[in-house]
Amino acid sequence: MTDWEAVIGIEIHVELQTKSKMFCGCAVDFTAEPNTMVCPVCLALPGALPVPNQEAIEGILRIGAAFDCELVEHSLFHRKNYFYPDLPKNYQISQYDIPLCINGHLDIDVDGEEVTIGITRVHMEEDTGKSVHGSETGRIHDADHSLLDFNRAGVPLVEIVSEPDIRSPEQARAYAAELQRVVRSLGVSDVRLEEGSMRFDANISVRPVGQEEFGTRAEVKNMNSLRSLHRASAYEIQRQIALLEGGGTVKQETRHWDEGSGTTAGMRSKEESEDYRYFQEPDLVPLRVDDEWRDRVAASLPELPASRRRRLADAGVERQAAATMVEAIDLAEMFDAAASLGADAKQVGNWLTGEVVAYLRRNEVELGDTALAPEHLHELGQMVEAGGLSSTAAKDVLGYVLAGEGAPGDVASAHDLTQISDEGALDAEVQKILAENPDVLERLRDGDMKPIGFLVGQVMKATRGKADPKVVSSLIRSKAQGG
Amino acid sequence: MTDLADLSIADAGAGLRSGEFTARDLVDAAITRAAVTEAHLHAYLTLDQDRARAGADAADAAFAAGEDRGPLQGIPIALKDNMSTRGMETTAGSRILAGYVPPYDATVVAKLQEHHAVIMGKTNLDEYAMGSSTENSAFGPTRNPWDTDRVPGGSSGGSAAVVAAGSALAALGSDTGGSIRQPASLCGLVGVKPTYGVVSRYGLIAFASSLDQIGPFTRTVTDAATMLEAIAGFDIRDATSYRGDTPDISSLLDAGVAGMRIGIVKELSGDGIDPQVDQACAAMYKALADAGAVVSEVSLPASEYALSAYYLIAPAEASANLARFDGVRYGLRVDGETTEDMMAQTRAEGFGPEVTRRILLGTYALSAGYYDAFYGQAQKVRTLVRNDFAAAYEKVDVLVSPTSPTTAFPIGERTEDPLSMYYADVCTIASNLAGDPSGSVPIGLDDGGLPIGFQIMAPALHEAQLFRVAAEVERLAGFDARPALATSEVLPA
Repeated sequence: MTDWEAVIGIEIHVELQTKSKMFCGCAVDFTAEPNTMVCPVCLALPGALPVPNQEAIEGILRIGAAFDCELVEHSLFHRKNYFYPDLPKNYQISQYDIPLCINGHLDIDVDGEEVTIGITRVHMEEDTGKSVHGSETGRIHDADHSLLDFNRAGVPLVEIVSEPDIRSPEQARAYAAELQRVVRSLGVSDVRLEEGSMRFDANISVRPVGQEEFGTRAEVKNMNSLRSLHRASAYEIQRQIALLEGGGTVKQETRHWDEGSGTTAGMRSKEESEDYRYFQEPDLVPLRVDDEWRDRVAASLPELPASRRRRLADAGVERQAAATMVEAIDLAEMFDAAASLGADAKQVGNWLTGEVVAYLRRNEVELGDTALAPEHLHELGQMVEAGGLSSTAAKDVLGYVLAGEGAPGDVASAHDLTQISDEGALDAEVQKILAENPDVLERLRDGDMKPIGFLVGQVMKATRGKADPKVVSSLIRSKAQGG
Repeated sequence: MTDLADLSIADAGAGLRSGEFTARDLVDAAITRAAVTEAHLHAYLTLDQDRARAGADAADAAFAAGEDRGPLQGIPIALKDNMSTRGMETTAGSRILAGYVPPYDATVVAKLQEHHAVIMGKTNLDEYAMGSSTENSAFGPTRNPWDTDRVPGGSSGGSAAVVAAGSALAALGSDTGGSIRQPASLCGLVGVKPTYGVVSRYGLIAFASSLDQIGPFTRTVTDAATMLEAIAGFDIRDATSYRGDTPDISSLLDAGVAGMRIGIVKELSGDGIDPQVDQACAAMYKALADAGAVVSEVSLPASEYALSAYYLIAPAEASANLARFDGVRYGLRVDGETTEDMMAQTRAEGFGPEVTRRILLGTYALSAGYYDAFYGQAQKVRTLVRNDFAAAYEKVDVLVSPTSPTTAFPIGERTEDPLSMYYADVCTIASNLAGDPSGSVPIGLDDGGLPIGFQIMAPALHEAQLFRVAAEVERLAGFDARPALATSEVLPA
């Protein structure tokens, strides 16, 4: 039996979160009433002309630089011609043979294995409007009318095209997820799949392991989550393998993923392939990206997820905590600030991604809305280390600090949570418990140390949890040994 | 006294400032003239008398308040109907845009209004500026004031006709392959196509974006300079607009041509040029030499292919530029079974035959498998044309030629033969491909009493040299004839 290998390339569209649209001054606002964020340019009124948005160009250059792309010195805009009612000009301004960014890559981590996925190109284009079909089903074939909203028309759209370097559904998912993290870390897009500000199509083929030549590919569309990208890829790979093993051939076509049935189906294809008649956009001049701009972009890049993940791991943060902080920039920044004060990396990492995240979720607030400061984490760590606070109590103290009650020392005193670790102060309590449990003490003296936990528990109970269990334990031991 | 409708901008401006007459008087004179001539010409698609009078009153009020915004204040000016005017129907001469009223002003319109110029209305044109006779207008042809059985040229034929007839003192047109200069030539006017990028295209309904330029029609060279100075300048809304300082236009008007090197374009004389036109131009070459210019013959070898290249590049761009007219958002809508069908039906009914022909031609030239042979090849020719000009301007300061190979031709003569119509642009197209400035100045009449135009071409941004020679040609020609229609008030309708 043949062993098969999947070959996947992914095209990802990301909508940039700029103040204004790609070629006009209209605000980018998806919450606005339909057709209120429009002007002569994005409605393609006769005579209106496009002017490129510098902020969007800056955004795509940052994306390209984050993928280690070459930023092309003179790139061109082209017109991609096709008729569609929600495309106002009936051509889309896009890039064709000379895009802004080429030859980059993205390193992904799949179950601990690092894989490099090549990025062929990153180019700039504009989004279309939205059609709403007026029918019971919302499907175009049943519609007796359609409504158009042009608020989205002309919103800057970046297309990121990978090399066919992806070999499994897991890698596909990891690639898209990492790309999403990178773009989010740049702050240029909110990359929300559910809102369509990030969308992907996958070109999928299979070939016998060892074969150089690619198999015939199908383009799979309509995957709305990372999970559906994974499921659709897995399904499509199996479909093609089954087809080929059954003596059939894969047809080059566009296939539609159906989330409900978990299958892909061929879309009604036109007789001939679409001819977009690309030609250079005569309303725009070539875009020039000089060395100075390139340097500025490179200098503006934040720490990218992969290097942050590496850095946190090196600092001693646990893997899961590091992964959480790679996703959440505010947590990572808080971590860095606390760590720079000398706080213990592992402990602060766990607090931030454990108690703090739980608190934020429970109260539906952002970290910035709370009173927590890096100094608090540092102080909390010192209290625990000095034995003035139990690790359990530390979590409670953190909750009060988050709620704005004050600094850890004050909060711990106010709530009477400070730990008693002074031997002198605990001696009386220990004596008392031992006196109340002479039989247990007897067992200890005979060398059976098992019941020590019980005695410690009794002391903790008597001190309402404030005793340092370590100190209590050692006091009991010394007394058992004849103290 | 001369009828106010026949004054130059300069003379009208002097009269306004001396208090001899008011802007309202000027506008009324132009409206009165239109009342006589329009029945014969059909040069205006929209003549908004109320708005024009209100504009004149505003200009007069400004004068009275001591506010003077320069030489266009109070001057009645017409606009080719492919320039967007807020609140005033703008059709591009097409059925598909009949009734379309733009919500915004083209940059040139806004600039004219800032100068307190008076907008008279919108003039007829070949549909989407595609044509050389104004016969391709969906709303019927415009006729030439010099002979109403003949065309005024095109595509800005309406703008040429109103200035020649006196129903406006000046007008704006657009020139993609000669659409200002050729009608200026056929109507005995000065017409100038500036350097590509000097005048903003924002609000100009695009025909071919890389070639279109807006420019003036006037009765004198000085007036053309005045108009151009008012509308030129960088515009943030047009990404192809020239970012440097606006080039000097009028400083050399009185400098004469002594010592200037003037090149006669070899390929644009003799064969293919009407003998009377050829002779009139030859006489002007000699007059320029006599005036002290160093006149020589210069070859532009690629110009042989310029016309063919133009008729691939312009339709290719047009095929995309005109895609937005689909019945979805504005203009004509013809219902269909499906949305796609509606769009197709709207376009089939909305566009006239020449526009349809050029959309098909352009679509074909850009199609997969044909792109290299047609559009790609045409772009190479365009580069060769530019190189020709660059080489020529090493040797001479300006180039000269006839503007049009013939004088005004009879209505209907070429409508059945697109190629003969396309040939009307043979002298003017190269400047558009090169992006260089060029203009036409009237130098005389042929035996039939029809005007002959003389073309002057200059390197990019050298408008001052173009106007310097144009002013000298104007002086040497001493052309002061007026069309019959403008001088006989009793012509039967």
